[in-house]
Amino acid sequence: MNITQLSVFLENRKGRLAEVCSLLGRHQINIRALTIAETESFGVLRIVVDKPDEAAALLKEHRITANVTNVVAVEVPDKPGGLAGVLKVLADHDVNVEYMYGFVEKSSDNALMVFRFDAVEAAIKVLSDSGIKIVGAEHIRGL
Amino acid sequence: MDVAFWNREIETMDRRRLTELQVTRLRDTLDQALHTPFYRRRLEKAQIQSGQDLRGLEDLRTLPFTTKDDLRQSFPFGLLAVDFSEVVRLHSSSGTTGVPTVIYLTQDDLDRWTDLLARSIVATGCTSKDVFQNMMTYGLFTGGLGLHYGGERVGMTVIPIGGGNTQRQIRVMKDFKTTVVHITPSYLLHIHSRLAEFDTRPEDLSLRRAFLGAEPHSENTRRKLEDLYGIDAYNSYGLSEMNGPGVAFECVYKQDMHIWEDAYVVEIIDPATGEVLDDGQKGELVLTILTRRAMPLLRYRTRDLAFLHAEPCPCGRTHRRLSRILGRTDDMLIINGVNVFPSQIEEVVMAVPEVGTNYQIQVDKVGALDRLTVKVEIYPKMFTGEAALLDRLKARIAEKLRASITINPRVELHEPGVLPAFEGKAKRVVDNRQEM
Repeated sequence: MNITQLSVFLENRKGRLAEVCSLLGRHQINIRALTIAETESFGVLRIVVDKPDEAAALLKEHRITANVTNVVAVEVPDKPGGLAGVLKVLADHDVNVEYMYGFVEKSSDNALMVFRFDAVEAAIKVLSDSGIKIVGAEHIRGL
Repeated sequence: MDVAFWNREIETMDRRRLTELQVTRLRDTLDQALHTPFYRRRLEKAQIQSGQDLRGLEDLRTLPFTTKDDLRQSFPFGLLAVDFSEVVRLHSSSGTTGVPTVIYLTQDDLDRWTDLLARSIVATGCTSKDVFQNMMTYGLFTGGLGLHYGGERVGMTVIPIGGGNTQRQIRVMKDFKTTVVHITPSYLLHIHSRLAEFDTRPEDLSLRRAFLGAEPHSENTRRKLEDLYGIDAYNSYGLSEMNGPGVAFECVYKQDMHIWEDAYVVEIIDPATGEVLDDGQKGELVLTILTRRAMPLLRYRTRDLAFLHAEPCPCGRTHRRLSRILGRTDDMLIINGVNVFPSQIEEVVMAVPEVGTNYQIQVDKVGALDRLTVKVEIYPKMFTGEAALLDRLKARIAEKLRASITINPRVELHEPGVLPAFEGKAKRVVDNRQEM
């Protein structure tokens, strides 16, 4: 049930992010969700794309330092307290969130969030058992 | 101009007698060197069984040079010429390849070294009335302790404050009306840039002189410091292999540094051929120490480029003068007074598995101080996607470098293939420091 996230090492250089994004764009790869973890001298771009395998191969071919990470896409009710409800379920079951960020698109009336857990399988079980909808790779491709 | 002497007889000795004294001391030094496994082999090869086999100074030229590498290979005791129990002090360098170098002194050696420093201090016009704030690093580095003992020998009030902590340096200068400091030129410039922050003007200080050391600097830098503080600044030269500071020091005329020839045989050589050059010709400085029984060193290649003046100095001292250090024959960098070899940095970064195959060393001037930046390319296979891990990696590399070279570098992580690649000999050092 987990999906693939690509993490790309970006050194702090003008135009570097643009280069990576346009490479993906030229190859018809669409970014569905993205965030950047930044530090003083470099950043790590995290993206979920419609065609992760192709994207990973493309980055590798262009010698861009990248890594594949398993993350979980979760539907969160798009209303006040929606995210808090999901997080409470996780907290109650001692599931740690390493980081999270939002999708560009919505899934039906719900917002879509990407979660990175240290224990992915355990997290998926907790979420499923609590009736929280997890979105699979096929769904992402079709967004 | 007032000229004072610590040891007028030696300092103004005529050249012929000075040479005789050198020969006598060189013979003793050879006898002493024969006690070490390293020199016994070498001297016997050169048909020297005792110091008496040396006919004159020219004979010294037939002996091979001693290099830093010889010191490393002889670590720890291969060049020790006395029983270890006679050693009262040792100084050591960090060592570029993990093997440090070490220098030993007996009590007599220490006294003779201290005497050279007292001589140097008095040559600048200082007296026992001076208050001497020694801002040079103490410890295994020779810069701090050398001048410290010299200052006490002269009878000055010595404040052994060591380096760093600018606020305290300024306060102590005011509290005790410091009249003379021993300091790197870049740190003295830096202190000036921070005086206002601590409500201090140069004229609030009682400073009259500065001994500048541990860093090559230009005549312009000296003048600038003299103008900024309204002081006289004196250049000095030394290296730990030759005891430390006090090998050569400027007198009140400040026209290059008298090199104390009763304690050192001085040669300038062509670094490529080893041929001895004439006075006035630029080459590598080679020194033989004549006043250290615990650890003689014969024809030591300093790797420093300079030339000698033979013409008499108005002060009356007969010891020749050494020019400013004009460069190095190796790639050693001097960063805020600390000697750093690029190979030390390479050794550290290349031992980190997350680092790829390329790196670059950059040195910049930020204000008056030097800043070292080490840029490394990360190794793609070790990239996990976690920014926090990369931050920790940066901190880990910085800490390892600090442990090796004693200064704190900035570490930059780069993508593979971004740093300049080289075919053939790599040029990994970018030194952006302009002549001050």
